[in-house]
Amino acid sequence: MEFVELIKTPKVDGVILHRPFQSPLDGTLCITGHHLILSTRVEHHEELWLLHRNIDCIERRFDANRGAIVIKCKNLQILRLDIPGQEEALNIADSIETLSTLEDISLWYPFYFRPRQFDILEDGWQAFNVESELTRLISHADHSWRISHVNKDFTVCPTYPETVAVPKSVTDELLLASASFRDGGRFPVLSYYHGDNGAVIMRSSQPLVGTTGRRCKEDERVLNASLRPGKKGYIIDTRSPNLIQMAKNRGGGCEPEVNYSQWKRVHRPVERHTALQESLCKLVDACNDSRASMDKWLSRLESSNWLGHVKDILTCACLTAQCVDKEGASVLVHGGEGIDSTLQVTALSQVILDPDCRTVRGFEALVEREWIQAGHPFNDRCGKSAYSPARSRYEAPAFLLFLDSVWQVYQQFPCSFEFSTQFLIVLFEHAYASQFGTFLCNSECDKRKLNLQRRAVSLWSWVNRPEVLQNYLNPLYEPNKSVIWPSVAPQSLELWSELYLRWTQDNSILDETNKQILCIKEHNKELRTKVVRIRRQLMDLQKDAIEKGLLAAGNHGNTETASEAYSSSAS
Amino acid sequence: MMTLLNTVTDTVSSTVDKLFFVHHGCYDGLKNLQKKVENVRLVDRLGARKPSCGTIYLTNTHLVFADEEQKHESWILHMHISSMERLQLTTAGFPLYIQCKTFQCITVLIPREKDCQEVHAILEKYSRAMRLEDLYAFTYQPSCDAFYQVAGWALYDTQTEYLRMEFPEKHWCISLINKNYEICDTYPKCVAVPRSATTPLLVGSSKFRSHGRLPVLCYYYKHNQATIMRCSQPLSGFSAHCLEDEQLLHCIRKTNPTHSSAPLCIVDTRPAVNSAVCRVTVTGSENANIYSDFKFVFLSIENIHVMRDSLHKLVEVCELREPSVEEFLAALQSSGWLKHIKSIVDTSAFIATTVGDEGVSVLVQCSDGGDIAAQVCSLASLLLDPFYRTLQGFMILVEKEWLSFGHKFTDRCGYLQGDQKETSPIFTQFIEAVWQVMQQFPCAFQFNERFLLAVHDHAFSCQFGTFIGNCEKDRVDLRLSERTYSLWGYLLKHMGEFINPLYRREDSQLGVLRPVSNPQNIKFWRGMYMRFEGWVHPKESVMERLCIMKDQSSSLEDHIKLVAKRVTSVKNLIGSKTYTNSCVKANSMTDSAFSSMSALSEDATINDVMSAPTYMTRSLQPAVNKADSLSPTNDGRSRSEDYESGIDSLQISTNTIASSGGENNHITVEQMLLELDSVAVEWKSVRKARSCSCAMQFEHFTRKYHCWRCGRIYCGRCVDKQIHLPGHESQRTVPVCRSCCKKVLCMSV
Repeated sequence: MEFVELIKTPKVDGVILHRPFQSPLDGTLCITGHHLILSTRVEHHEELWLLHRNIDCIERRFDANRGAIVIKCKNLQILRLDIPGQEEALNIADSIETLSTLEDISLWYPFYFRPRQFDILEDGWQAFNVESELTRLISHADHSWRISHVNKDFTVCPTYPETVAVPKSVTDELLLASASFRDGGRFPVLSYYHGDNGAVIMRSSQPLVGTTGRRCKEDERVLNASLRPGKKGYIIDTRSPNLIQMAKNRGGGCEPEVNYSQWKRVHRPVERHTALQESLCKLVDACNDSRASMDKWLSRLESSNWLGHVKDILTCACLTAQCVDKEGASVLVHGGEGIDSTLQVTALSQVILDPDCRTVRGFEALVEREWIQAGHPFNDRCGKSAYSPARSRYEAPAFLLFLDSVWQVYQQFPCSFEFSTQFLIVLFEHAYASQFGTFLCNSECDKRKLNLQRRAVSLWSWVNRPEVLQNYLNPLYEPNKSVIWPSVAPQSLELWSELYLRWTQDNSILDETNKQILCIKEHNKELRTKVVRIRRQLMDLQKDAIEKGLLAAGNHGNTETASEAYSSSAS
Repeated sequence: MMTLLNTVTDTVSSTVDKLFFVHHGCYDGLKNLQKKVENVRLVDRLGARKPSCGTIYLTNTHLVFADEEQKHESWILHMHISSMERLQLTTAGFPLYIQCKTFQCITVLIPREKDCQEVHAILEKYSRAMRLEDLYAFTYQPSCDAFYQVAGWALYDTQTEYLRMEFPEKHWCISLINKNYEICDTYPKCVAVPRSATTPLLVGSSKFRSHGRLPVLCYYYKHNQATIMRCSQPLSGFSAHCLEDEQLLHCIRKTNPTHSSAPLCIVDTRPAVNSAVCRVTVTGSENANIYSDFKFVFLSIENIHVMRDSLHKLVEVCELREPSVEEFLAALQSSGWLKHIKSIVDTSAFIATTVGDEGVSVLVQCSDGGDIAAQVCSLASLLLDPFYRTLQGFMILVEKEWLSFGHKFTDRCGYLQGDQKETSPIFTQFIEAVWQVMQQFPCAFQFNERFLLAVHDHAFSCQFGTFIGNCEKDRVDLRLSERTYSLWGYLLKHMGEFINPLYRREDSQLGVLRPVSNPQNIKFWRGMYMRFEGWVHPKESVMERLCIMKDQSSSLEDHIKLVAKRVTSVKNLIGSKTYTNSCVKANSMTDSAFSSMSALSEDATINDVMSAPTYMTRSLQPAVNKADSLSPTNDGRSRSEDYESGIDSLQISTNTIASSGGENNHITVEQMLLELDSVAVEWKSVRKARSCSCAMQFEHFTRKYHCWRCGRIYCGRCVDKQIHLPGHESQRTVPVCRSCCKKVLCMSV
């Protein structure tokens, strides 16, 4: 297909762009296969480059001889284009609409994007290789866990990667049997190994118990093999008993205690799917209404219940982390399919437990391992954002909710993360629309089919370049080796204004503040280096002077203090 | 023991858990001890912390709860208690529920009913005075020597402040018409009025206005000559209109020559309905027909009773036990508190932009002119003038708009026994409104959140005379400036605690702040209302880290200057001596000195290169040894080791540098080493700091202090000494811990 066919009017002059807090921009609008470009045609003047994929929906507001198009983006920005000439406006609106909703993934920008501004220093596709990541994870586990290739060519579970970590004593045959008993073949696999005490987090999908109460002894053996001697395990189900009952009627369910006697089941309901999407829409609507009264805002914030969902996820993750860290127990987390709330919980509990996950590389690895390779269907979930009226039932801001929860933990431990909160926003934006292939497709298997690694660039290849990464570092980072326990009280939760209010208020003051913080930090660092250097210089000079006999090293009267100073500053 | 108690009360948030008596072991020596009850359990507001068991000591100023086992201590100033309730008997004892004006809420469980009754009675007696003269301020004596009674009282002077605003004498003058408080007893002696307004005009206008509070100048904006004025509501019912008042307003309008055609903007903060009702009854707004040159704007802010109820509800929100997000937000909404805060911020922002951007003068009128007018006039001035965003400027602002213009602190804050209908959190709201603006402009304020909390708490504490009384006249009559201490003096003395590390003077000069009025930007201030629930707060504070970094930077900068100077003088020494070729032949003693010296320097070099931190941790070692060594033998050994390591070679005759600079003629090597030793390069991270060496636990709001010499962390009480460090170029004094203090002082002798 040629994009040209879809672009009836490729270029219009005299288009005016309106954005909040910025003066209108007057220029020429161009539509290309992947971008909407507005250029003032003046050198060094800003240009707007908007990826079509970033457009969530558009609204047409036409009158006699000019048309206004309101563009609502997936990153929550809202723009307005005033286009002279009704026909042009109509054509442009049509093109944008078609181009932003192309079904065929291989027509999307990542397949066309070739980085010209940078060479690839380190290939992001290889940076977090499943096998090496898992090997690293179980390396502390004194051989009680192993890598299994049972899912080679994605034959056992299409949403798992080819390589998974399982208990050492479990054979691939057992895994096959267990997979047949689990929804979508997602048998229990290792998610996290807690080096401090050897407890683990595992994840899976629901067991296919059904109304008849099916049983799978192999599945039980797989789970029991992960238990530490003499310890009970916890099964944390992210669904309410009601939902489980409904799932049973459709062939799913949960582990009955009779068969899983060594496990204690806990329910921590977490909202999912459509409800989440609606919650986000309500939240964003409320945030965009900057003229609302205080009462109205608070009631809308309340009725969106977004923060309630954040609290649920945090609570569940804290519980998981507690079982692991405080009780040293193994935990299995699952919900229904094990690709949404399960991942939120396992990933977030690792942020709480594992200091590595709070570094840039560690967090990237976490996103790769617990979201992308774990089969979170980004393509289905992030197809539309908060504005589009046309939503499928697969849309859900599960990943955004996870990022929001991380942000909440970040607020409470602002010096324990190597990256800045801006980094989380970058991940949010790229999950919804990107020139990179990282968040494309629903699973590793799909990626393989499209040969994505060859045809597109990884987000990590770009973001890990030192000159890019330096913009996303936290100046106040001070590595924190301990487990960080966030408060989940409503009083402690805040609205992520940097994200949700990003386009409705002026953020220049925030930038200034960040600059100021960086400035203080840099100044401090500089002085610390300088003081060491100059002290050394003085020492050398003294030595020199004494050598030349110009300076005596001490006197009788004050020897004690001198020696003290001597040994302390020079030893 | 008296001094100890005073140390406590000195610490700003005087209700806060602090000051551990573990060294001293006895509380019985507390001054004016009234009662002691043992085996009391203390439960905090939400029962989050495990109840601690300890002893209650009641003095005539404080309630002290001490749990020596858990090393936990709570101090509550009686004046801070807002209400008490004896709850139903439980198995653990007789509960007494205490709510404070600082939003601390505790329940104490007392084993015996009689004790509970007595405690209740004592607290009842001391939490509200019968007469103003009985308030704490009249007996308070600070412990620290350098805090003088006169400090802070002279901070504000009406004339100086008006001159600072640079108002033109041509249009404005300071009138002494009220010098004996005869025109208006709640106004200050000096008021600024238009020069063209004659005395009869002023007198006439004052008779027309409620409580005689005629329109006077609050703030003059020198960039465009527009002004903010304030007054109370007119008594329109008396006469249909008042010629003098009308003329006075015309005079005011004409003081703004650049916008002589623009109408004077009259901001009426009473709800429109309310003011219509007022007109029908006795008082009301100026009749718009008569005052045709004036533009009326109604920006309603609720009255003091609504505000009081709203705060009660807000406190209830904070007391919800494990609420869901929905419950919390619903309760927050129904309290209406944030709505009221927003209306204050919005009105003030409107005034600031009208004055600052449009150049139109604004007259603010509310019912009595002492509450809402104080809030919006002061906040608007703060938005307009960067000076009021500094520490001193803020104090002057409070002095001017709140104290001199007669905000009734005694009534509103409920200092005295009797009817509590007059209490209202008007000042609390102002403090919060400033905080809300601070959230939007983190770099524009010289002071920090801690400062706002301190000012807020002391408006209720009555520890200082500053807020006592209802107006300037009261304070003069009570001779407060002679008999009591000033809060401002105290705060300025502890300025270091209150500085915002992000403050940038050049930024703040940019002028008018324009806070965004989105409801999304008005936030629940948990730092105020849930201050004592440590677990809801961030576990790491960015501001704290920044403060420490700035302090450390400032210490290092100072140190680098000195070292640079030494480098120059040693260089000069080498240079000049070599040049004159008068090199002294090194004797055998210096030889040995040299060999050990060179070894040491090499050592240092290697360490430096390897890592700066290691270098410093090592250099801290001796200090640590000294401080921590409990047995004298240990101490002695470490010293003797020092001797062995190099002392022998150091014992040589005094040979001093003849520095070319002239001033440091006698610098010896060991002096230089001493200088290096006296400044810590690396400071301990606050992350792991859970308690001070005195065993006091750090709470989330506890200010942690670094000793500038050894770099370790202490509580405020253990770093109470400020001395000059030999390693600093400047002569200023800096905080050091006690052992470092001793060390430095004994060396410099």
